[in-house]
Amino acid sequence: MTTVVDKPASKPFRWVSAPERPAWEEEPSKAGLAGKGLVLTFACLAVLFPLWIVMVTSLSSRKTIDEAGGLVIVPKGLTFIAYKELLSGGQVTRATVISILITLVGTLFSMTVSVLCAYGLSRSGSLGHRWILMTLLATMFFSAGLIPTYLLVQSLGLTDTYLALILPSAISVFNILVLRGFFTEISQELIDSARIDGAGDFRILWTIVMPLSRAVLAVITLFYAVGYWSAWFNASLYLNDQDKMPLQNVMIQLVQRQQQPVGLGQAIRTGQLSGLAIQMAVMVMALLPVAVLSPFVQRHFKKGMLTGAVKG
Amino acid sequence: MSHSTVPRSSAEASMPVKTPVASPDATGAREARPGPGKLGFRLRFRRDRALILMTLPAIVLVLVFNYLPILGNVVAFQDYDPYVSDNGIVSILHSPFVGLENFQEIFGDSAFWNAVQNTFVLFFVQLLLFFPIPILLALLINSVLRPRVRAVAQAVLYLPHFFSWVLVIAVFQQMFGGAGMLSQLLRQHGYNGIDIMTDPNTFPFLVTAQSVWKDAGWGIIVFLAALASVSQDLYEAAAMDGAGRWRRMWHVTLPALRPVIALLLVLRVGDALTVGFEQILLQRDAVGPDAGEILDTFVWWNGVHNQDFGYAAAAGLIKGVVSIGLVLAANKVAHLLGEQGVYKK
Repeated sequence: MTTVVDKPASKPFRWVSAPERPAWEEEPSKAGLAGKGLVLTFACLAVLFPLWIVMVTSLSSRKTIDEAGGLVIVPKGLTFIAYKELLSGGQVTRATVISILITLVGTLFSMTVSVLCAYGLSRSGSLGHRWILMTLLATMFFSAGLIPTYLLVQSLGLTDTYLALILPSAISVFNILVLRGFFTEISQELIDSARIDGAGDFRILWTIVMPLSRAVLAVITLFYAVGYWSAWFNASLYLNDQDKMPLQNVMIQLVQRQQQPVGLGQAIRTGQLSGLAIQMAVMVMALLPVAVLSPFVQRHFKKGMLTGAVKG
Repeated sequence: MSHSTVPRSSAEASMPVKTPVASPDATGAREARPGPGKLGFRLRFRRDRALILMTLPAIVLVLVFNYLPILGNVVAFQDYDPYVSDNGIVSILHSPFVGLENFQEIFGDSAFWNAVQNTFVLFFVQLLLFFPIPILLALLINSVLRPRVRAVAQAVLYLPHFFSWVLVIAVFQQMFGGAGMLSQLLRQHGYNGIDIMTDPNTFPFLVTAQSVWKDAGWGIIVFLAALASVSQDLYEAAAMDGAGRWRRMWHVTLPALRPVIALLLVLRVGDALTVGFEQILLQRDAVGPDAGEILDTFVWWNGVHNQDFGYAAAAGLIKGVVSIGLVLAANKVAHLLGEQGVYKK
């Protein structure tokens, strides 16, 4: 994608007031401005409105939900009872802990492998780097298929272990290429000077290259973390033990298949708890970490998506 | 994918630096990493072994989980018996070969052709209804000058991309399902509730709507970057020549977006047989296989669910081979159109 160049915005950043419009550009008409505002508002509301309903309903009491006839749009007396029940031990608590641990361990592993590989391939003229690069690139064009992969993971004895949720999808070649694209742009002089001072490649990576690449490291870390947090298919494939299931798989059971969470069925039947609020609370727990973290990395997305995505 | 193997600057290469400290990999003259012809293989290996070592974990993972399973496709030519052993490799060794029997059976299976048809329908509906939306959104956001409005709109629109498919479908179910928001509103006003989530007739549109909600916002990044790289001078010159807002968009903006649009179209067509495996597998049971079976779920159903691995692997192999053909053909077309494909010529 060499045609797309990541350029810094030409306009100075301003918080309030109207930014300057180039002299040659005609003033937009009132109707045009209103139309644009309307479409943009609609697009944002289409994203936020469902999330608002999910959140408000998860925080509503049984009584409010019954009065509203189901989903609640206008909050009336918020309560954390659904979360308290879900997080006081039991199926959802366990699944949440499992998901958090897999995300942390998996992301650390994926980042370590990817950063090492990306740096190992980033020095032009190094021995064999083109062959290794081709080996990685080729995997973007084919897939061995679901069944052979399934049989392999099973043969390796990974069934019912958490390794099956990490190893088969541990690295994304695309992410490695993005990292490599950044590493190749770090000036050779800088690396040379460190080498003259006696630093080896590992040390150069750790003390020079990585601190200079914080933005892209943040983006790729987010990509990997979101990948692990969102994954459910491998768990459904390789885990037989229901007690080992991560949060997404429990969400399938509770929300999509409308099952009642283990241990809370009684409270729901007797009317102490709302089944709907429980469903919504599980959804909020799945979306909260992502919704909180991704905006922090947002300004780097463009870099992470484009720069040096595919360069030989 | 051209790569220069010559040293970046000949001045550097001709000035070997002897490192004073005897570090194990100090071989001198290594800073510019001269390519073949300048140094012998052993010298280069000694110089670069740390770099090669760094790539090893990734290489091992790729070889084991991407390349090794290719061999497993032999089960497509077998009457694979999963109950011979717990170990798939042992089972492969003990299962009889049946030649092309699995493939013959698949080509006579109406469920397979139904999956093929659904795959193509979903591909075309998504291409027509999804593809233009990020471009239009990007043009809209690009025309907003206030940085704060832009940043907020982008943050909101990017957000659903990071949600899992499980969550996206759960959100849709709460909005459009039998007990969802829409049905609730209809019932409160005296109509019957509707359940869009289980309606096979509208399934392609439901799937597309979900894709749009999740990823259309994310798709604008590429176009915004392309728009940011258009020289303002071009717009100014066009305006001086009397081009209005719309003519500038037609003659300056759109030509600037053309290479990106072409590349994304090529990528999409090359990936035509993959129309959202996780998304559709999650809803396959709700709408039924008539509308909800695609090639990937056909493989999953026959293999993982029915344990008919040989049959499923054969279907997967057909899809894989056709997919590679599509990728190569799409690139060829891109090159013929004078655009750069996924790889260079």
